[in-house]
Amino acid sequence: MRSTSQNGLRLVWVYPDLLSTYGDQGNALVVERRARQRGLDVSRLDVRSDQQIPTSGDIYLIGGGEDRPQRLAAERLIRDGGLNRAVANGAIVFSVCAGYQILGHEFINDLGQRQPGLGLLDVISTRGEGARCVGDVLADIDERLGLPPLTGFENHQGVTHLGPTARPFARVRFGNGNGTGDGFEGAYNETVFGTYMHGPVMARNPHIADLLLKLALDVNALPPVDDQWYEALRNERIAAASQPA
Amino acid sequence: MAGNSDPLSPRAKLAVTAGKAAAAVSRAAGRGSGSVIGGKVALRLDPDLLGRLAQHLDVILVSATNGKTTTTRLIAEALRAAGPVVSNALGANMPAGITSALAGGSDSRYGVIEVDEKYLAGVARDTEPKAIALLNLSRDQLDRAAETRMLAEKWREGLTGTKAVVIANADDPLIVWAASSSPNVVWVAAGQEWKDDAWSCPSCGGVLQRPGDDWVCAECGFRRPVPSWALNGDYVLDPHGAAWPIHLQLPGRANKANAATSAAVAATFGVPPQVALERMYQVQAVAGRYDVVTFQERQMRLLLAKNPAGWLETFSLIDPPPTPVILSVNARGADGTDTSWLWDVDYTRLAGHPICVIGDRKLDLAVRLEVAGLDFRVCADVDEAVRIAPPGRIETIANYTAFQDLRRRVGN
Repeated sequence: MRSTSQNGLRLVWVYPDLLSTYGDQGNALVVERRARQRGLDVSRLDVRSDQQIPTSGDIYLIGGGEDRPQRLAAERLIRDGGLNRAVANGAIVFSVCAGYQILGHEFINDLGQRQPGLGLLDVISTRGEGARCVGDVLADIDERLGLPPLTGFENHQGVTHLGPTARPFARVRFGNGNGTGDGFEGAYNETVFGTYMHGPVMARNPHIADLLLKLALDVNALPPVDDQWYEALRNERIAAASQPA
Repeated sequence: MAGNSDPLSPRAKLAVTAGKAAAAVSRAAGRGSGSVIGGKVALRLDPDLLGRLAQHLDVILVSATNGKTTTTRLIAEALRAAGPVVSNALGANMPAGITSALAGGSDSRYGVIEVDEKYLAGVARDTEPKAIALLNLSRDQLDRAAETRMLAEKWREGLTGTKAVVIANADDPLIVWAASSSPNVVWVAAGQEWKDDAWSCPSCGGVLQRPGDDWVCAECGFRRPVPSWALNGDYVLDPHGAAWPIHLQLPGRANKANAATSAAVAATFGVPPQVALERMYQVQAVAGRYDVVTFQERQMRLLLAKNPAGWLETFSLIDPPPTPVILSVNARGADGTDTSWLWDVDYTRLAGHPICVIGDRKLDLAVRLEVAGLDFRVCADVDEAVRIAPPGRIETIANYTAFQDLRRRVGN
């Protein structure tokens, strides 16, 4: 069994030296902040790609990056093996863009080759033929998760196909998401999440940070915190996505 | 190469004239200086015009993510000790703007040219520069710009075998990678506070080790070159070990670094550091940046910061608390429409300052500051933000179009 309550909540930010191109630190900051606001004892560990991934973390965050760093990160994560062991132990993982692709079975790397991922999400990523997907996105998060609409900013060329054991994280109203033409955005299973949204995504969707905290703590609810600025930003960005320039 | 012994061809002259006419029409229509439209018209008539104009000059190119406009000004001032200078001082740094600027400098000896990062290799090919100054590379406008490392790679390819003396920052691994294909490099230890775009070895992808000011890749041995010039506090150390004091009206460590690089460039053209640095003192505000304006009985200092590296350098030069700080961020085309970079900036450095946020994306700033645990006010506009502040100095930090909006409003 996991022992979150005894040792405090352990947040692990995976490979900021390679996968932190789009303000990905923001997701770690928001999760950390919202845990502290609930009076939780939280520690954050930033693990560089020449360091070992600890297997005892509760929540792992992995961000977006450029094409070569993505390949290097996948190689090093497979060699390390720690993230897969952590997931086997029940840890929660939230991934964005390049990190999302790495968690799948395979993706296309900077050399144009198919490269194996970690196989933690039942998805396969290819490279899109059309224009790069750039801009504000509005989507409805899978109803099983009970969260308000997803707002984010996407900037990717990738196309991600879901296999039978991955559920779409959201369905887009405006924007591209997975780029498969079926309106799917992101993917998830019981403990592993992936999205193309940065912004960073937690800054615009603090409910996702809370969802990760609830899953890690195995609780159904958290004490409320003051969300006035998050809500103001959400309203502004949702309106902007609905009326693209 | 300097001098006017080789006059422009009739076609080139016609192109210059047509460009000036287009610029004049554009100015008359109230559309800015007209330098870009003028250059576009001229280049359409004579696609080789930039190269032809440059033939008459000793050309110095300056490129970087941050500090290129200021450094261009500093180098131009320093070189005026040796002869007349033409420069794209207003920051129009793509081929059309550069062409337009050079067309106005037929009597000059030196052309000191700021170049947008994406155009450096092409402009270097067209203008056959004598010197190229490379300051730093970091993330900027990621929604539309090339990846930062790819930019360094393109510079490296474009500068392979260049005849120019390359004056390059030894403290930025991406700059060292870009410059290391050039046969003749003068390394300057100019510093670089921002490190988060260069943890990966540009050569092999290994993780860089960074003990103190040094850096080295443990895997392939790619490492910081031994600099011949260095910024050391308020001094420039020249290759003979002599220390020359830097006196600038421009604030901050980053501008001292720009001065050190500029002194190394000037020395390449025979201008001694002492003369060069004395001349640099004359540079005040550069296109309104660092300017102090009086507005509603407060003294607002206007600071431009366009990306995480720029914000980091800017935080290190502002007055200490309780000086109020106004932050303004837009995300229009020229800024990049993605605001995620705000999360790469360490706003906790502003703790203790009264903070107001304004601009198109003030709500992004509000959430960012809330998560950083800072107190702040969200204001409708600069007027309201200034009214809240007590009389005295206000530090105002804005990104690109937000900065332009501010200048329009506060009358600078």
